[in-house]
Amino acid sequence: MASEKGIKLLDFWVSPFGQRARIALAEKGVEYEHKEENLLAEKSELLLKSNPVHKKIPVLIHDGKPVCESLIIVQYIDEVWPDKAPLLPSDPYQRAQARFWADFVDKKVFECGGRLWKLKGEEQEAAKKEMIEILQILEAQLGDKKYFGGDTFGFVDVAFVPLTSWFYSCETCANFSVEAVAPKIVLWVQRCMERESVAKTLSDPKKVYEYVRFLKKRFRIE
Amino acid sequence: MAEGELKLLGMWASPFVIRVRMMLEEKGLSYEYIEQDVFNKSELLLKHNPTYKKVPVLIHGDRDICESLVILEYIDENWSGIGAPVLPETPYERAIARFWAAYIEDKLLLSFIGILRATTEEAKAEKIAETHTILEMLEGAFKKCSTGKGFFGGDSIGYLDVTLGSYLTWIKAAERISGAKLLDETKMPLLVEWGKRFLAVDCAKKSLPSVERLEKHARGLQVTIWKVVSAN
Repeated sequence: MASEKGIKLLDFWVSPFGQRARIALAEKGVEYEHKEENLLAEKSELLLKSNPVHKKIPVLIHDGKPVCESLIIVQYIDEVWPDKAPLLPSDPYQRAQARFWADFVDKKVFECGGRLWKLKGEEQEAAKKEMIEILQILEAQLGDKKYFGGDTFGFVDVAFVPLTSWFYSCETCANFSVEAVAPKIVLWVQRCMERESVAKTLSDPKKVYEYVRFLKKRFRIE
Repeated sequence: MAEGELKLLGMWASPFVIRVRMMLEEKGLSYEYIEQDVFNKSELLLKHNPTYKKVPVLIHGDRDICESLVILEYIDENWSGIGAPVLPETPYERAIARFWAAYIEDKLLLSFIGILRATTEEAKAEKIAETHTILEMLEGAFKKCSTGKGFFGGDSIGYLDVTLGSYLTWIKAAERISGAKLLDETKMPLLVEWGKRFLAVDCAKKSLPSVERLEKHARGLQVTIWKVVSAN
């Protein structure tokens, strides 16, 4: 593996984490080989070898060297290709803010969203309340800015936007409206979708919902 | 470099706070330390970390920086001219350091605290085995990152050293309370040696609470908060 030149991304079509890496690579105009892993079947030898600790996608393999964990991959991409479309600002405090909010998105959004479509009754209601709070915090953080980073599309935008394809599934399963609680976020999503890197990468929310329904059947959640 | 005083809101036993103190110490940065009561949160804490209401919070002039690993990177970047770098030089080495820091954060605390919170011998044994597995992984990480030198950061301590090192006296306290050997030289010899070297470093000596104090604190938590031991 060590001597192989080039860039490979081990991914799974609907994974928002894989999409973070794909958006970053597209913003930078970097060419790479996309390898789809079938996470519903056996994991490939390459995946197991490249990410022996977690055995998860995405994995970015650069000249044979694997980089794991989506936000770590995005930072790596930003540091290796700093000249085009910088994703992190240059000021240390702005960088700290970007890392803090990307981490917040990471810790809160996907996990809470998962509870929204997996659970029912009281537990689902609790998750819904929590999700609304999370969205309102992010709405306040975005404010009237074009992107989370300000005028330029950046790290927090890359971290959050792929998760927005799952809004429809959360709304449908838990009966609430993201637009009603966080209208600025919805407009921000539309602005991000004007970027080719985002439009070409994000999954169609209806397809995500089909996948969620498939998972619910498979794990007998319905 | 931004102007302004440095203040750190912390709690003496928190590994997340300890690692920030170690790095500030290592960089020779002076700061005002303000101990917080995490069960009775102050206005100051709520004002400077409204999102999580947790320590540590680094207050630098009018800036608030929260989350220990974010703070470590801020220290690295804002005072990059002073002392040795906190994070490694190349993007790949930085990615590896961040990976292992995230691994430590995800797994280690829960695991050894799990030993202290276990209510049955079976559950305790499971958590001990889990802690061993994690430390064995970190043995491998040390081998890779240190490239034969004394610390994860090479010749001098860095990001991973303080991230893991902030747990060292906690782990020893957990060993005393549980009677189990966690940092075992037969299972993770390099890490054990690293631990000894790390504890001898100035910033570690200054910032790490003693094993005795942590043991007393943990035994208190077992009675009051975790309720795994009844009060005497």
